[in-house]
Amino acid sequence: MLSFILKRVMQSALVLVITGAIAFSMFSFVGDPIDNMLGQERTMEDVERLRAQLGLDQPIPVQYVKFLKEAAQGNFGVSYRQGREVSEIIMERAPATLELAAVSAILAVVAGIALGVFTAIRRQGLAANVIMSTSLIGVSLPTFLIGILLIYLFSVELGWLPSFGRGEVVRIGNWTTGFLTESGRKALILPAITLGLYQMTLIMRLVRSEMLEVLRQDYIRFARARGLSDRVINFRHALKNTMVPVITIIGLQLGAIIAFAIITETVFQWPGLGLLFINAIQFVDIPVMAAYLMMISVMFVIINLVVDILYAMIDPRLRVTAK
Amino acid sequence: MTDQPLVPETQAAPSRLRRALDSDLFYAFRRSPVAVVSAIVSLLLILSAVFAPLIAMTNPFDPSSLNLMNGFTPPLEPNAFTGESFLMGTDDQGRDVFSTILYGMRISLFVGFAAVLFAVVLGIVLGLLAGYFGGWTDTIIMRAADVQLTFPSILVAMLIFGIAKGITPVEHRDQMAIWVLILAIGLSDWVQFARVVRGATLVEKNKDYVSAARLIGRRPGAIMLRHILPNILSPVLVIATISLALAIIAEATLSFLGVGAPPTQPSLGTLIRIGQSYLFSGEWWILFFPACTLLALALSVNLLGDWLRDALNPRLK
Repeated sequence: MLSFILKRVMQSALVLVITGAIAFSMFSFVGDPIDNMLGQERTMEDVERLRAQLGLDQPIPVQYVKFLKEAAQGNFGVSYRQGREVSEIIMERAPATLELAAVSAILAVVAGIALGVFTAIRRQGLAANVIMSTSLIGVSLPTFLIGILLIYLFSVELGWLPSFGRGEVVRIGNWTTGFLTESGRKALILPAITLGLYQMTLIMRLVRSEMLEVLRQDYIRFARARGLSDRVINFRHALKNTMVPVITIIGLQLGAIIAFAIITETVFQWPGLGLLFINAIQFVDIPVMAAYLMMISVMFVIINLVVDILYAMIDPRLRVTAK
Repeated sequence: MTDQPLVPETQAAPSRLRRALDSDLFYAFRRSPVAVVSAIVSLLLILSAVFAPLIAMTNPFDPSSLNLMNGFTPPLEPNAFTGESFLMGTDDQGRDVFSTILYGMRISLFVGFAAVLFAVVLGIVLGLLAGYFGGWTDTIIMRAADVQLTFPSILVAMLIFGIAKGITPVEHRDQMAIWVLILAIGLSDWVQFARVVRGATLVEKNKDYVSAARLIGRRPGAIMLRHILPNILSPVLVIATISLALAIIAEATLSFLGVGAPPTQPSLGTLIRIGQSYLFSGEWWILFFPACTLLALALSVNLLGDWLRDALNPRLK
């Protein structure tokens, strides 16, 4: 077990080293930030002054060592576009994305498991079949079209919910939250559904197929023979055993939710990290892109690592083959 | 030759078409209504994109054919100033929406096909190398694949797009955007091809015909491309079809986010991005028709890919 964990930790470190190298080469080789910051009208002195100020006149190995030192402290320098500390901008934007991702994840997990169990138990029922075929369409619809559809329905036609932004937020220390105001909660509904829908259908389909598999097994038949009620059989005996693969998928999808938030945030102009990243790409704002890349890779690596180790702990077969 | 041949030619050697029509695959195809309908829909869309200059009323990107007075004409209603009417209305600049969709679909499909082709070629080459040589080659290629698989492919594509955009000079960015897009989507998608090809190569390389080829002194490159590759192509074909649908959606998503096809060369995603800003003022058609086209395209190719996977899967027969 220890060698398995060690091997996985080494792999994760390798991923971080590689993404770190990519992030650094973005700084040194991509475009000329001076061009982006100063625009067309500039003097040579301006260019030289800014180059020295940003440390871009130094040799590449020096810049690399400097980058590693700074990155480890979460310092990615100054945004080319906004002229402010990247870490400051990220801290400011993070609460919006994390709140959105958390609500979407809870929605996806709760609704996904509930619908999955329902469609498995009432396999022949009309409602279950309708849910299953709707979910197929849901999987093939691109996320941004779902968002637009929801905006059209609930903002333009019905006028119930806001179509963009976060509503009013309350500041608590460094954190801003939309949970405490009515407009904040209302603004959260549509983006959260858009973001969580794909993961919800995924979890639902997985729970359903696992559940159908488990319900066929002998111990369920035995439980029925003992005269246990359907409720106890379905939830205490069957659902428990379907949870192993489901937990893995949920873990991996958490990272996906944060990544796909980029799309949802753009549709709803949600002031989070995803929107920040997209704007950074549009304006080739390298420090912001690099910081986002490093942040999200740390997140993904940790999630993958934890899921793999958890899985190996739950399922001993994996430990043997992993050696 | 005026003499009648003794045996009618079709009987002696059935034509390629005849053989294709008699095959098991085509029989399975005819029996599946979903496959037939989605094949017809995708074929129609692809053909209308290819022949867009013949079908479209106007070339929406030729400024001389545009009339700003025609702007915001609803579908099938005469314009208040010019009296002209359009099947799917016009956008803010008076461009016929139907024509922009046809031309936009060309770009979406071109990017989709080119990106998948790029991913397939890259995946096949790296997969063959990893599977055939094993050892260090295998370790390096498959580790790189693992690292990339840690991240969702759309994120990888965005990042590659951002970096490539930074490298291209500012004055060429709009012209290069399409190629950058192909590179980004292709590079984000090679891993699955490489994995499948590697797996199949590992099986094939121990078979007798490969040993025989090696014995008569064929070079590794020739063995991989001429002997092994033809035997492992069918799973690649299946993944490529499903990948095409995903690549079309990925392209639309990137363009919608503003990190893809530029407004001067709009794909379906760019059109949807433009249309979204008119949703609130009631000009629904600028968004609605491109969105429906994208959906029809992605869904029909996807269903076709699903069907092909089931039809070519020997375990399901």
